[in-house]
Amino acid sequence: MTHWIILPLVMPPTVAALMILAMRHHLDLARIFAVGSGLALLAIALGLLWQASDGTVTAYHLGNWPAPYGIVLVLDRLSALLVALTVFLALVVTLYAIGTDWDACGKHFHALVQFQVMGLCGAFLTGDVFNLFVFFEVLLIASYGLMIHGGGELRLQSGVQYVVYNLLGSTLFLFALGAIYAVTGTLNMADLAARVAAMPAEDSGLVRVAAVLLFLVFAVKAALLPLHFWLPATYAQAPAPIAALFAVMTKVGAYAIIRLYTLVFGPGVAVTSGLFGEPLLWAALMTLAIGTMGILGSRSLGRLAAFAAIGSMGTLLTAVSLFTETATTAALYYMIHSTLAGAALFLVTDLVRAAKGQGADTLIPGPRFARQGLIAVLFFATAIAVAGLPPLSGFIGKLLVLDASRTAPQAAIIWAVILAGSLVAVLGLARAGSVLFWNTTKDLSPEPPATPLALVSVGLLLATLVAITLGAGPVISYLSATSAQLYDPVAYSAASIPLVDGMSP
Amino acid sequence: MEMLYSSAVGILTAAGLYLVLRRRTFPVILGLSLLTYAVNLFLFASGRLMENLPPVLGQGATAYTDPLPQALVLTAIVISFGMTAVIVILALGSYLTSDSDSIDLPPGDGDAE
Repeated sequence: MTHWIILPLVMPPTVAALMILAMRHHLDLARIFAVGSGLALLAIALGLLWQASDGTVTAYHLGNWPAPYGIVLVLDRLSALLVALTVFLALVVTLYAIGTDWDACGKHFHALVQFQVMGLCGAFLTGDVFNLFVFFEVLLIASYGLMIHGGGELRLQSGVQYVVYNLLGSTLFLFALGAIYAVTGTLNMADLAARVAAMPAEDSGLVRVAAVLLFLVFAVKAALLPLHFWLPATYAQAPAPIAALFAVMTKVGAYAIIRLYTLVFGPGVAVTSGLFGEPLLWAALMTLAIGTMGILGSRSLGRLAAFAAIGSMGTLLTAVSLFTETATTAALYYMIHSTLAGAALFLVTDLVRAAKGQGADTLIPGPRFARQGLIAVLFFATAIAVAGLPPLSGFIGKLLVLDASRTAPQAAIIWAVILAGSLVAVLGLARAGSVLFWNTTKDLSPEPPATPLALVSVGLLLATLVAITLGAGPVISYLSATSAQLYDPVAYSAASIPLVDGMSP
Repeated sequence: MEMLYSSAVGILTAAGLYLVLRRRTFPVILGLSLLTYAVNLFLFASGRLMENLPPVLGQGATAYTDPLPQALVLTAIVISFGMTAVIVILALGSYLTSDSDSIDLPPGDGDAE
């Protein structure tokens, strides 16, 4: 069973290579392989989820090199969950792109998606910080290609900005890793945790600098204020199915923060204690405020969806910043919810764009468009989920976050910002919906070709949201087991660096 | 040597940051390259600076230089080389389609698409 762990990293690039070499002129064949690979990966991811669900931590030592000298992949509850989420989202996005012919307006769409999936899964699975950097690069390189898929003036220009911003982030990542290696002499996460914990407090200066640099890198990925500037233009200009897939990319930043700042620079570690919780909390609350204000102020549906993604990261990181078990459980639930809801919002945006004619998602009154009723219903359901209104999972997610922050010293401010933010988000979404769907002139715009597969994939996302609402009990009990595992990293360390020949590595 | 080395990293980083903050894409790309040179040197030094020592322990060798940072630098060089190529092509494409090599988006970006 242990070899299953490597499959999410081996299968997508193999399929992608096949697509590039053998199917570059055969779109139908590439589509079949993309869906087939997506389904197979989903089955594998569910298998891994089942394997991790009883609390075992499985380590996969690449090339059988003993850790901490070799690279290790570690499967625990958290990484299994996020791999499953990524693979599911990628499958839905692939279906949507096939249904709307997005994959036909440029070559190599499916191959790039496969590489993106590989990078995301690798980032979630790896137990080595330098390897984390490498997988970040893999997913970023794939995302550069996907971001400018289809071309166009504005898309290329915002693509340049996106690439420059992320290259700076990568440079910072390397500086942080160099500093960490210089001080501790290791890059294995579990080994790093042991060495940082054993470090005397008086010569901790460089570790603290490295930890903060690393934190900034993840904050760039997670679009934390004031490092969120890359997000609105990128997400609004990227092809909508790609923006939907990017919904899980911001979560990589959040995942890395959760992983490293519970395992290595955890709340109990003397060297870096008190360095992250408070500043992260304030930054997250401001991110939430900016995101919801952006929802209210956006002049097009694409930018609205982008700011909704920023706002959801704010709520998520607020819960993360408390660094308690219940708060992390809430953060993880909200993470699943906001990934699916954010992706659904981007797909609905694309449905509107397709129905109204290219690039016409500006929030001004226009002619009625084809299938307006159906799209309006989908938008309404997605908006409820994004804003966090009952009966969908956003409500449960926000309730969990509020409940977890009840005992925090800053509870009053957290409650005020989250509740006010929800109100503003509801207003913004209601304004967008009423302008788009109600304030329309009589004449009908031309009917676009029917896209049943696209509607099915939006429906799939919404159905999953309903499922995690109805099954909130089992989901939350899995998640609280996950956060219990995170705050008791003994099993993680023991699995990733087993004692070699009775000798401590 | 430490002084020379660290000031080289510092000057490269400062020059790179200055160029990255420029308004046109060409200086920005140059700045990114300088930054990657700086970070490669920095990574290389993270295994301590040694002179005339083998990277692996052999017969008769009493000390060694850490080989891991050299492997890390190789990885970083390969990645940054590829990324520089990507961004040059991307910036060129953006310049050719929009007739402007400004790094800024036109005002009202995305609102009207």
